[in-house]
Amino acid sequence: MSTLTLESSNEQKIESKETLLEIKNVKKFFPVKKSLLQFNKEQTYVQAVNDVSFSILKGETYGLVGESGCGKSTTGRTLLKLIEPTEGEAIYNGKDIFKLSGQELRKVRQDIQMVFQDPYSSLNPRKRIGKTLEEPLVIHNIGTPKERTEIVMEILSKVGLQLEHYFRYPHEFSGGQRQRIGLARALILNPKLLIMDEPVSALDVSIQSQILNLLKTLQSDFDLSYLFISHDMSVIRHVSDRIGVMYLGKLVEEAPTDELFANPLHPYTQALLSAVPVPKSGAKKERIILEGELPSPMNPPSGCVFHTRCPFAMDRCKMEVPMKKEIANGHHIACHLYDK
Amino acid sequence: MENIGSTLTLSEARKKLKKEQQQLLKKRFFSNYSMVIGLVIVIFLMLLSFVGPYLTSYGPLDLEVNNRLQAPNADHLLGTDNFGRDLLTRIVYGARASISVGLSIAIITSIIGLAIGLYASYYKRLDQILMRICDGLMAIPGILLAIALMAALGPKVENVIIALSIVFTPYVARIVRSAALVVREQTYIEAMKAQGASSTRIIWLHVAPNVLSPLIVQATFIFADSIITEAALSFLGAGIPAPAPSWGNILYDGKLVIFNAWWMTVFPGLLIIIAVIGLNSMGDGLRDIMDPHYKKVTKKRSKAVKGKEEVA
Repeated sequence: MSTLTLESSNEQKIESKETLLEIKNVKKFFPVKKSLLQFNKEQTYVQAVNDVSFSILKGETYGLVGESGCGKSTTGRTLLKLIEPTEGEAIYNGKDIFKLSGQELRKVRQDIQMVFQDPYSSLNPRKRIGKTLEEPLVIHNIGTPKERTEIVMEILSKVGLQLEHYFRYPHEFSGGQRQRIGLARALILNPKLLIMDEPVSALDVSIQSQILNLLKTLQSDFDLSYLFISHDMSVIRHVSDRIGVMYLGKLVEEAPTDELFANPLHPYTQALLSAVPVPKSGAKKERIILEGELPSPMNPPSGCVFHTRCPFAMDRCKMEVPMKKEIANGHHIACHLYDK
Repeated sequence: MENIGSTLTLSEARKKLKKEQQQLLKKRFFSNYSMVIGLVIVIFLMLLSFVGPYLTSYGPLDLEVNNRLQAPNADHLLGTDNFGRDLLTRIVYGARASISVGLSIAIITSIIGLAIGLYASYYKRLDQILMRICDGLMAIPGILLAIALMAALGPKVENVIIALSIVFTPYVARIVRSAALVVREQTYIEAMKAQGASSTRIIWLHVAPNVLSPLIVQATFIFADSIITEAALSFLGAGIPAPAPSWGNILYDGKLVIFNAWWMTVFPGLLIIIAVIGLNSMGDGLRDIMDPHYKKVTKKRSKAVKGKEEVA
């Protein structure tokens, strides 16, 4: 780990910031349809998100990382109530988002916006870019038509697009440009928190860095907080202040970026980090290879969900669910190995 | 092209862009042959049905018993029918009946079918109810259902429209629903929800424009089909009542004397064919123009633009 250089420098001030959004024990279980022949069997669920708690501070980027199907995206969508959560709370401005509806929910949605993964399907192909961008303003009754156009023009130049793009259709843009439009749509209401569901994974690497740098500039310009969901460790490392690692619907480790990369504690995080390629020839790297397959979220293992693949699994791991606890300053982990 | 925006002021840029877009639309329209051909045919039919009656020298019900079943000649350009009525006059008057019936049915079924299809695709409970009703209506053969409705309502032009609208609406609703089910799973609909848009807004402003293509094709098909079905109804005595002309009436009158007077079936039949071809090609053209994705037109357009630039 000594070869890793540290890119972001502003992580030290985190403790003093106030909490923007607090997520407590969120669960999302999707019911599995039973066939008619199994009418006497119990209802089974896909446990997509199982008891996840974390909080996002003002002005920070919280990275959520994990392999495919571990529930990162579901967590993000649940926060906006795009998917109804099964259980849990998300406290924003002293109110539980999950209990809101109607006008109040709409107000919260004005403050929390989302950027989607696929820039190709996230824009309405029948609407000109200008109309797409004005739509949120119309929904929330902001400004006269003329003012709306001005706001759109301003935001277009902010995200690095030209004014003439106002009248173009989505299919006339490249993937990177579309993602900029998606960003503009999220930013136009002056939100406080942006939930980004793998915003760069559909783009090629040079465009990725452009978008990531744009995100950093926008964050300081608009005083934004990000919840950044990704499976790409190097991207997450570049943008995040704090990182949460998810495995099979559970948050297994949470730490400031530098701390996590320098000192990963959870066996899963260690394996995940060892898979990141190191750009230095001759550097010896010990790759931790996990045995076995990812268990089905329909029938997760008892105790610690990771015990089936963990190289350090003990008997206790099969019986007891590990609780989240703080090991060092801001470094939380859910693992029996560090129980003293 | 790329740097125009940054050097111009906002309003100037907007004006310029709007003009450019209008020109593009014009070019797109005229490079779309099926649209132009279809539109010409439809305009011709409209003129025929609304101006034509003032130009004919006979009435549609004027009988000339001596001149029954005359072949086309100078006095009667398209000949006369089995009661000695001038065929051209009857076709012109019939155009009005047939086209207004077809047009009203196409409009009514597309509006109602669109609403039913959209709401069925969006609300799962409603889907079950509405689609089972549609299944029920579709299970009965169309003509039979129309005859039953006509028997209940009485033979009148308005009732033909009502009956055929009920017969054809389920077909539109089905097609709209299946297209809308695809659209509603798209990320941009989820994005609108995340923005806080109401269901009504999402359904009508975001889902509806994306199901227009199949709807337009289906609507033009229904226009054509309802002209034919109305003809069949008239033949069975359940359509537009007998002496009043419609293309269907004339066609079925002609069927009785088809071996003696070919003109009585050929000319109204020809007009039905022309109307159907014209409407279908206009429908195809409309679909292409309204779809910003349409590849063929955009290719043609970009070539045309390039050619112009080179000349300039």
